[in-house]
Amino acid sequence: MRKCSLDSINSVFAEISKAASLYLPVDGTDGAATYTKWEEGLTWSNALNTVKSPKDFFFPQTEDLMEFKTSGKNIEVIDTRSEMEDFVVFGVRACDVKSFEVLDRVFIKEPVDSYYASKRQHGTIVAVACGRPAETCFCQTFGINPAEPAGDVSIWKTETEVFFRANTEKGEALMSKLSGLTEECGEETVNAQKEKIAAIMNKLPLKDLTTDGFGGGKTKELFDAPEWDELSQACLGCGTCTFVCPTCQCYDIKDFNTGNGVIRYRCWDSCMYSEFTKMAHGNNRLTQKERFRQRFMHKLVYYPENNDGLFSCVGCGRCLSKCPISMNIVKVMKKIGGKASE
Amino acid sequence: MQVNEFKPLIVAFCCNWCSYAGADLAGNNRLNYPADVKIIRVPCSCRVNPMFILRAFQRGADGVILCGCHPGDCHYTSGNYYTRRRMAALFSMLDFLGIEKERTRVEWVSAAEGAKFAATMNDFVEKVTALGPNKRLEDLRCKR
Amino acid sequence: MQTITRDQLLDKAVSLLADGTVTAVLGWSKGEFDYDVTPAVFKTEAELKENFVWNDFCGANFSKYLVAKMDRLEGKMLVFLKPCDTYSFNQLLTEHRFDREKVYAVGIPCEGMVDIAKVKAICGEGISSVDCGGDKLLVTTLYEEQPVEVATAEVLAERCVNCKSKKHVAYDELLGEEGEVIDSNRFDEVEKLEAMTPDERFAFWQNELSRCIRCNACRDACPACTCEKCVFDNPNSGVENKAPANSFEEKMFHIIRAYHVAGRCTDCGECSRVCPQNIPLHLLNRKFIKDMNEFYGEYQAGAEVGSRAPLVDYTTEDLEPGEVFDRRDTNA
Repeated sequence: MRKCSLDSINSVFAEISKAASLYLPVDGTDGAATYTKWEEGLTWSNALNTVKSPKDFFFPQTEDLMEFKTSGKNIEVIDTRSEMEDFVVFGVRACDVKSFEVLDRVFIKEPVDSYYASKRQHGTIVAVACGRPAETCFCQTFGINPAEPAGDVSIWKTETEVFFRANTEKGEALMSKLSGLTEECGEETVNAQKEKIAAIMNKLPLKDLTTDGFGGGKTKELFDAPEWDELSQACLGCGTCTFVCPTCQCYDIKDFNTGNGVIRYRCWDSCMYSEFTKMAHGNNRLTQKERFRQRFMHKLVYYPENNDGLFSCVGCGRCLSKCPISMNIVKVMKKIGGKASE
Repeated sequence: MQVNEFKPLIVAFCCNWCSYAGADLAGNNRLNYPADVKIIRVPCSCRVNPMFILRAFQRGADGVILCGCHPGDCHYTSGNYYTRRRMAALFSMLDFLGIEKERTRVEWVSAAEGAKFAATMNDFVEKVTALGPNKRLEDLRCKR
Repeated sequence: MQTITRDQLLDKAVSLLADGTVTAVLGWSKGEFDYDVTPAVFKTEAELKENFVWNDFCGANFSKYLVAKMDRLEGKMLVFLKPCDTYSFNQLLTEHRFDREKVYAVGIPCEGMVDIAKVKAICGEGISSVDCGGDKLLVTTLYEEQPVEVATAEVLAERCVNCKSKKHVAYDELLGEEGEVIDSNRFDEVEKLEAMTPDERFAFWQNELSRCIRCNACRDACPACTCEKCVFDNPNSGVENKAPANSFEEKMFHIIRAYHVAGRCTDCGECSRVCPQNIPLHLLNRKFIKDMNEFYGEYQAGAEVGSRAPLVDYTTEDLEPGEVFDRRDTNA
């Protein structure tokens, strides 16, 4: 384990920036934190987390796949991918680190999504422990420990110091560049912080939320649960929950007519939208109830069914604070899970 | 050395009954106006919805002008009165977002005003040329 | 703190359900925390007693729900309307978007709703309870021994700070006291922007709109956005791109959305309330409202049923689009 003083963290950022683009949460003009490319003068935000999750780095909201140009009877297909450069995402929370595992199982499973895989390969994740979890946090429900974030490098921030621990080869490589700026140290302070975090986790209002009653094999009983009517009745059908979610991975592939060619791109899609998975015969989910159900069934039943019981929710709490009508996965789990486990 | 002089792309929406005929008359009278102006004929100036104007900018227009019958002379009685209100609101909004107000214009041109049509276009093209390319409402994808 | 209490609303709802005036109640349902209330339809007294809430966080405008929720309902629905909601209510009636006969509207006074984000900015994350009492909130967090006192006035939502009216323009029955239309400062922000140079305005909006994630929450929460199929959802429209691929699309979406509700927008502020990225979308709507007031005379959408919005009306003496700027330049 190595450490540096919090005052000197900007020189660490400067050092990392020399070899790779560095992104970290920075407070915007509206007071909310956003991942921003670091440059001299920017400060690492104290906010618990960003509004938009860091999945954008690997699975951007829109991404060009290829381009077509026609001239006469010829169609030219242009590969729009450019050489990826190394980048570092700094200050990722434990929940969001876990979300990459959820995405990996979708995109890096055969056939591998090369657009995603190449970004994963070039990205280094520096994860930070959560000193002050919020009331909306429920990562422990999914077995995540915010005091022990995974990632290539784990860091712990105190009032005066920052502690680093490399977890992977990529992490070692990054730390070796910082050897001049950091010093070797013991684990006492970090252990003390871990204990403090554990104590707070025990006080969180959602600490008793459980996934009992969900998981693979529960499709039938949960799909037909009568509670979906009541739960979905106020849903406006906007895509906020899916777009701030670190694990939502549905996308659409569309063509954009530029007037002199076609750009084929993919963009995030939302199961809350009326056009979601629309096919030639029309749409197979006609009401908001069905769309609403899809989102939670996917996270809590279908995904674990196909992925060894791993849930595709990490308890980051973004949908809890951003839903316009305050309907969210916690309310769904309490209402439906409670019944199923009875 | 050759200097690339900026030639703007202007989209002119002209109503079928007055302004389009006005453009015709300008041509018949051999009046000059820049070839940068691309005319799109519409049944009435009120057929132009704000999306048309934004889409013209998206596809590379540097200026958009809308021409219709003089107020009171609309072939459909009142179409251009609605246009007048709609465009006043839209142009004011574009200006509010910081988009140069000289890039949009509404002008009433009757079928007898070939000279006015040519003069309007000359003036508009000159103003837009002075502004330079449209950067604030451009869609880079369409410029690839 | 609201002048009308939860118990008063509850009694009203229970008695109207009991005497058969209504068969359902559209109200706010308790959440996980004190501030995350969800709109809900209650059908029994037991449900109401258990989950109905009324506090400083009941911001959602119920008028929009009337468009969708009434179809299959037998009998009438009781809906609680705050003053600003009643304007949307009237506007939807003007547009024939729901059946007035199936609604029993109860007007309730509102002292302004609290923006939880502002509370969090003061007290930090980790709010375990919020007690609304008097003119302050008592906020208990996971990290402070003692509850923090916050003046309600400091954490009111922007739209409530600039509240335009405490008067109910539509109701079947009114609880509490009727208020007045307020001479608010709601156009101040717009004027501030108008006074900037175009470059400054462009930079301002570029910064704000670049945060848009096209979640469509502004549209879906908006009581004026009730098209059955939005142009931005229609794959045949050529503009259904689902994501803000670049700055043009962000601008186009918000210009067109604001334009489409121009003259129909009652300035209820739902768009800004629901925006996850805190984009001040209400400024676009207010710009249209302000312009139309100045160009065509004062007009408040929803003030009365059946009024004609400025954009679907005209006079032969209207100002020319080009004069819009001359006017402003001479005023300045």
